[in-house]
Amino acid sequence: MNTATTTVNGHSADHEDHGHHPSGLMRWITTTNHKDIGSMYLWFSFAMFLVGGCMALTIRSELFQPGLQLVRPEFFNQLTTLHGLIMVFGAIMPAFVGFANWMLPLQIGASDMAFGRMNNLSFWLLPPAALLLTTSMFVPGGAAAAGWTLYPPLTIQQGMGMDMAIFALHILGLSSIMGSINIITTIFNLRAPGMTLMKMPLFCWTWLVTAFLIIAVMPVLAGAVTMTLTDRHFGTSFFSAAGGGDPVLFQHIFWFFGHPEVYIVIIPGFGIVSQVISTFSRKPLFGYASMVYAVAAIGILSFTVWAHHMYTTGMPVTAQLYFMYATMFIAVPTGVKIFNWTATMWRGSLSFETPMLFAIGFIFLFTVGGFSGLVLAMAAVDVQMQDTYYVVAHFHYTMVAGALFSAFAGAYYWLPKWTGHMYNEKLGQVHFWLSFIFFNMTFFVQHFLGIAGMPRRIPDYALQFTDFNQISTVGAFGLGLSQLLFLYNVITCIKGGPKAPAKPWEGAEGLEWDVPSPAPYHTWEVQPVVK
Amino acid sequence: MSTHEESYYYVPGPSAWPLVGSFALLLMASGAVMLMNKVGVGMPTLLAGLAVLLYMMYGWFGKVIAESRAGAYNKRVDGSFRWGMGWFIFSEVMFFAAFFGALFYIRVISVPDLSSIDNALIWPDFKNVWPSAGPGFKGDWDAMKPWGIPALNTLLLLSSGATLTWAHWGLMANKRAQLTVGLFLTVLLGVIFMGFQVYEYSHAYHEMNLKLSTGGYGSTFYLLTGFHGFHVTLGALMLMVILFRSLKGDFTPEHHFAFEAVAWYWHFVDVVWLFLFVVVYWL
Ligand code: HEM
Ligand SMILES: [Cu+2]
Repeated sequence: MNTATTTVNGHSADHEDHGHHPSGLMRWITTTNHKDIGSMYLWFSFAMFLVGGCMALTIRSELFQPGLQLVRPEFFNQLTTLHGLIMVFGAIMPAFVGFANWMLPLQIGASDMAFGRMNNLSFWLLPPAALLLTTSMFVPGGAAAAGWTLYPPLTIQQGMGMDMAIFALHILGLSSIMGSINIITTIFNLRAPGMTLMKMPLFCWTWLVTAFLIIAVMPVLAGAVTMTLTDRHFGTSFFSAAGGGDPVLFQHIFWFFGHPEVYIVIIPGFGIVSQVISTFSRKPLFGYASMVYAVAAIGILSFTVWAHHMYTTGMPVTAQLYFMYATMFIAVPTGVKIFNWTATMWRGSLSFETPMLFAIGFIFLFTVGGFSGLVLAMAAVDVQMQDTYYVVAHFHYTMVAGALFSAFAGAYYWLPKWTGHMYNEKLGQVHFWLSFIFFNMTFFVQHFLGIAGMPRRIPDYALQFTDFNQISTVGAFGLGLSQLLFLYNVITCIKGGPKAPAKPWEGAEGLEWDVPSPAPYHTWEVQPVVK
Repeated sequence: MSTHEESYYYVPGPSAWPLVGSFALLLMASGAVMLMNKVGVGMPTLLAGLAVLLYMMYGWFGKVIAESRAGAYNKRVDGSFRWGMGWFIFSEVMFFAAFFGALFYIRVISVPDLSSIDNALIWPDFKNVWPSAGPGFKGDWDAMKPWGIPALNTLLLLSSGATLTWAHWGLMANKRAQLTVGLFLTVLLGVIFMGFQVYEYSHAYHEMNLKLSTGGYGSTFYLLTGFHGFHVTLGALMLMVILFRSLKGDFTPEHHFAFEAVAWYWHFVDVVWLFLFVVVYWL
């Protein structure tokens, strides 16, 4: 706070933010500080992660045995739907926005995000949306039960829980659009002198691309669910053949949003992993420029492949071929990234602290997810696989071992900066290994289930699938329980632990390590000059 | 000190307005859900939410205007506003794109498909013509004709874009009368446009049997023109605020991004209308 009273143009240049701060709850409600808001995002997302996780464990418990034991089938469908929506929109996306809030200003040398109050609104829109989603389980007819992809005609027929999900999505969409406008503006307008775009840490670049994707596709999702709403209540026939519409129309609009969305979920993780790998290899990132171009290419290409989710819903063969080749083409920039990460480690002086373990786990498992994606990308193969557990395995390799593991890598990497303390390294490594083992136990077997023909979103199954399902359920409980270690580790790290120096990682680079740990409430009020 | 000046960036202090806004949206969403499902107290909740939202906007934007008058916003902050508004408009473009996409799909894919040999057994008499209310629609209805009110409306909106630009020239040359007259004319043209739209809707509902429930045509017609009309209304309201502020002496030739932001928005709404006119009314 050394420059708090610099005078500019005659008036005091300190932030209005320097005045007296409300304390207690009001501090968090009214804050415009990127660090406060970042922390709130991270805690919110972890809470949602636990809520969504409990739903997943209920699902897995029901699937421990064939037959119906625990829950009614209708409720089972509500659980799969809410689990998907809550994890994607409530857990993973807010987690990365939390990282962005905390780290972007530190990394580019800005004093805060561009729009402080709007930043606060972006966060505070999340709880109402979460409330709508979770309470929808208790209204007549229960929650939405058409799967997170919300396909009509099911969505047209369901009760008011569906409307609550629609409005929740609208509110979540508003939140993430505002968050993204904030992020793009911050990156374009608030960089420190000398911090050119091509000098930015990769995390900034990946968020730039992600924010663009969010602004481009969240409104499209809003359009899709608005059509669902008017079809439900106002007599329109977007998705009804009798009126000249088509349920498949929804799928096109949804996946035009949905495929970029899966990259929205993973791309910030690419950024985190890139920085972590380079830090713990004690080498600059191999092929920085090609990494930037690869992320941009993935972002652009993600708009051109959406119908690979629709091979079985009726499409001309030429369209299938186009979407098949376009999808496989994305593997090229994705491969560039994987090779670059590997090359960064090549001949580096590696050390394996928890963030690095999660990053390496990410590379292995995300690659598996990418490969199963390529298998699914083949139209002829996908006709067999569509809506089986193989797809479930694929996207959990990309979203859990991909997005979630990268979030853990980031959390351990920056925890010393956030809290001023080192976390418990032993416990962190145990957390990693348990997560890694139980993750594979849960999801690897689902590939076999899918190939053998077990459909997804089904509470009961044929006898021959029992063994693999039991393995998967046991793994899921292990995976879920291991996350409590993380919670414990974070709380003890906030409360105490060895003091962290400004730069706790020997090989780390970037402006965030020039400020003390914990990062003071206000940082970079005089922008650093980057050479 | 020049680096300091560039460095300086205004960060607003703690504010409770965002929470008020999110509470408003919660009320509105719950109200709308109850209203649509005919349970509980839908309408009052929705209206209460709307009232809280308006209160929030009044308070929040009032604060922004006060900060601007106090000189808190330097060049750099101004730059942020420009980026922010630009990306906001881009998000709006994508929202409309979803509905234009639906129109395209219904006209080019689903209606031809429903009339094809594949569906001859289910819908034997259905012809691939546009406008269409789909094979299941019973009864007579008319589509909107372009060369009447819609063409006039096109003219109105285009002229409003011109008057707004004229007002901007006035502002830049510090001709305040030109500024206010230009803004006033723009608002007036926008209001007349909306009047015609309302008249057209009522005509369509009562005389043409063209309703939301008139198949694919009715759905796309009303949602596209409806959301557009909603945006025109918002734009006109924002223009009124700008007009009011101009009368109070706000804005200088150098410093008037609020004016420009609204102008961008208005031109965006204008362009959307041109697309609407061509693909919804005309072709
Ligand atoms: C090389 C990259 C990838 C390829 C080629 C690919 C391909 C595919 C294909 C073809 C499907 C459709 C399967 C079906 O429904 O039959 C699919 C589904 C899915 N993918 Fe990927 N994918 C890739 C990366 C990712 C990533 C990075 C994520 C997320 C982080 C992701 C998340 C998903 C999800 C959530 C679904 C299932 C959606 C649903 O039906 O619920 N994918 N992927
Ligand atoms: Cu996809």
